[in-house]
Amino acid sequence: MMSTLRNVALWLERRLHLTKLWEQTAGHPVPASSGSWFYTFGSMTLTCFAIQIVTGIFLAMAYVPSAAESYHSLELLNYSIPLGWVLRGIHFWGSTCMVIVMMLHMTQVFLWGAYKYPRELTWMTGCVLLVVTLGLAFSGQVMRFDSDAYWGVGIGASVAGRIPVIGEALVQILLGGPIIATNALSRFFSLHVFILPGALLAFLGVHLRLVLGKGINEPPKPGVLVKRETYEKHYGEIIKREGVPFVPAAINKDIVASGVLILVIVGLALFVGPNGPGTPANPTIEIADAKPDTPFLWLFALAALLPNGSEPYLFFVFPTVASLLLFLLPFITNEGEKHWRRRPVAVAIVVLSYLGIGLLTYEAITGPWSPHMDAWSGLPIKAEYVKERTPLELQGAVVFQEMQCRNCHAIAGEGGHRGPDLTRVATRMTNPQLVRQVIQGGGNMPAYGRNLSPEQVRALVAYLCSLHPANVPPAREAVGVLKPIGESQPTPSPTPVPVAVKGEK
Amino acid sequence: MASDDPHEDSAHEMPKYDYSATRRDFMLKLGIGINAIAGALVGIPIIGFFVSSIVKANQPTWVSLGSIDQFPENTTRMAVFLNPYRTQADGTTANVPCWVKRENGENFTVFAINCAHLGCPVRWFEQSKLFLCPCHGGAYYEDGSRAAGPPPRGLFVYEHKIEKSELNIKAGLLPTLANPA
Repeated sequence: MMSTLRNVALWLERRLHLTKLWEQTAGHPVPASSGSWFYTFGSMTLTCFAIQIVTGIFLAMAYVPSAAESYHSLELLNYSIPLGWVLRGIHFWGSTCMVIVMMLHMTQVFLWGAYKYPRELTWMTGCVLLVVTLGLAFSGQVMRFDSDAYWGVGIGASVAGRIPVIGEALVQILLGGPIIATNALSRFFSLHVFILPGALLAFLGVHLRLVLGKGINEPPKPGVLVKRETYEKHYGEIIKREGVPFVPAAINKDIVASGVLILVIVGLALFVGPNGPGTPANPTIEIADAKPDTPFLWLFALAALLPNGSEPYLFFVFPTVASLLLFLLPFITNEGEKHWRRRPVAVAIVVLSYLGIGLLTYEAITGPWSPHMDAWSGLPIKAEYVKERTPLELQGAVVFQEMQCRNCHAIAGEGGHRGPDLTRVATRMTNPQLVRQVIQGGGNMPAYGRNLSPEQVRALVAYLCSLHPANVPPAREAVGVLKPIGESQPTPSPTPVPVAVKGEK
Repeated sequence: MASDDPHEDSAHEMPKYDYSATRRDFMLKLGIGINAIAGALVGIPIIGFFVSSIVKANQPTWVSLGSIDQFPENTTRMAVFLNPYRTQADGTTANVPCWVKRENGENFTVFAINCAHLGCPVRWFEQSKLFLCPCHGGAYYEDGSRAAGPPPRGLFVYEHKIEKSELNIKAGLLPTLANPA
């Protein structure tokens, strides 16, 4: 029996040369010291990709890539097809985790100086893989084709429409037609299911071939510099001294980390569940809060926070320069120190990038620049901010609420955060200043002069002037005597304009 | 193990041979030629298909929003029309909304719903007479002009005409900065 098995194995070996293949791939020599937890992120990314392919294939059996049917097919997956919701959950969380561990992998490679000579091309193909993965994440969000996805495509089209000369053509190519409809979904479907996974597999092949060909980076030691003339010999000596076959000697931690990652992904899928679909993609429901998925929130936040007119820089100059810098990094610093302790600039870049992206993502989640669209009708002013007010001030509170001021201005933290919180506004601004601000606007506030009657302005400002703590006096004019309009003018001015002029003195 | 295989080491050793100006060489060049033509014949339709949306681009066309009587004077209301270039698979996305403002008589302005900043849907607030965008806080006045926030211009305006007391607009394209309605 044993000899028969041995003969079958030998027969296969003579035809497939598996031993040779094994020695050149899974069993290739790596430095024993590279069997570290820090070296597991690459295989974790690969694990995520494998999960995405498998779950993606099965999801495609139920998903219908048509604007009329996609939403329904997702609901079927969520509620009718047995375990469809689990597959959707695993696919969604697998995607999120893939982006995260890929970023960690990249950070580790950057901090360990692994991109330097002779592994430039490994880094560059890695950069392409990052872009493709982000493309998959974005097109995957479009597959949901709910209201978020619909307006997300709209944002994509608007960005493309800002490109000079070719903008219009690019919008039509992106949408596959004149408007966001089923052709747009189909184009993103092709991208998500055929083009990008194909590209990913192709570049992954090159990436892994390079990892095998150039060897895994040895954990750097401070003071040991990379030199083009001597590095290959140096690496050869390391392998001679402490080389072990990747399988089975160095893969142990990769297997543990990948296993835990799969458990985390499945756990998230089971206990948090799949993402959406949200409101159906019906453009006539204008109560939409179009936000991209997590990996793109920081860009969304930048679009809101950067000054007007910076969009061309944000959408074209910044991505082009950033990806060029990233792509060409191995040629900017090709030799020298690898250890992060001797590379303060590299450490600073990592810390600042993580802080920046983290803070921007937080900002995007809280979205302080977006008006709180329902605050005026859904958030009553708390009693303590209306009690013991005069009838005029109470009328002002009504104006404040009815004119949607709450959508942008919070009182006691409740309401929109687009404009300043007005809980203590009377301590900062005087009556004439408030009148001017309400009527003329400015500082990113619309002018209400045309939409408010003088009586409404007087009541509103009277109410705003009552918004100060009992122990803090309201603000006063620094120069001259200006009587509050509410008290000094028995008859309202015929038009709001003279009031504004008076307030400006 | 590898030495068990007598073919392994010699498998890639070949005799030197001059291929130039032989029948083999001719067939190779012929093969490349035929496949270049075949490649073009396959490639041109593929590229043509991919860019057909711009080569045979749909131009905006007149669409009716219905009788002008449904828009009272001095109001701004949402109107929904069917995308003139819809297909059966478009579902609800074939419904395109817009904001119709009727000042008096036959004095209309029809705004696109898409914010001029990044295309999100703006919402009309009757009381404060403002259009507000939920994405990045763009705000527009009643007449569509920019009031606040990041939009680089006012709301996109559809061309309109009134025929037999029906309001018609020229629509069918997603309004963007490259193609403002």
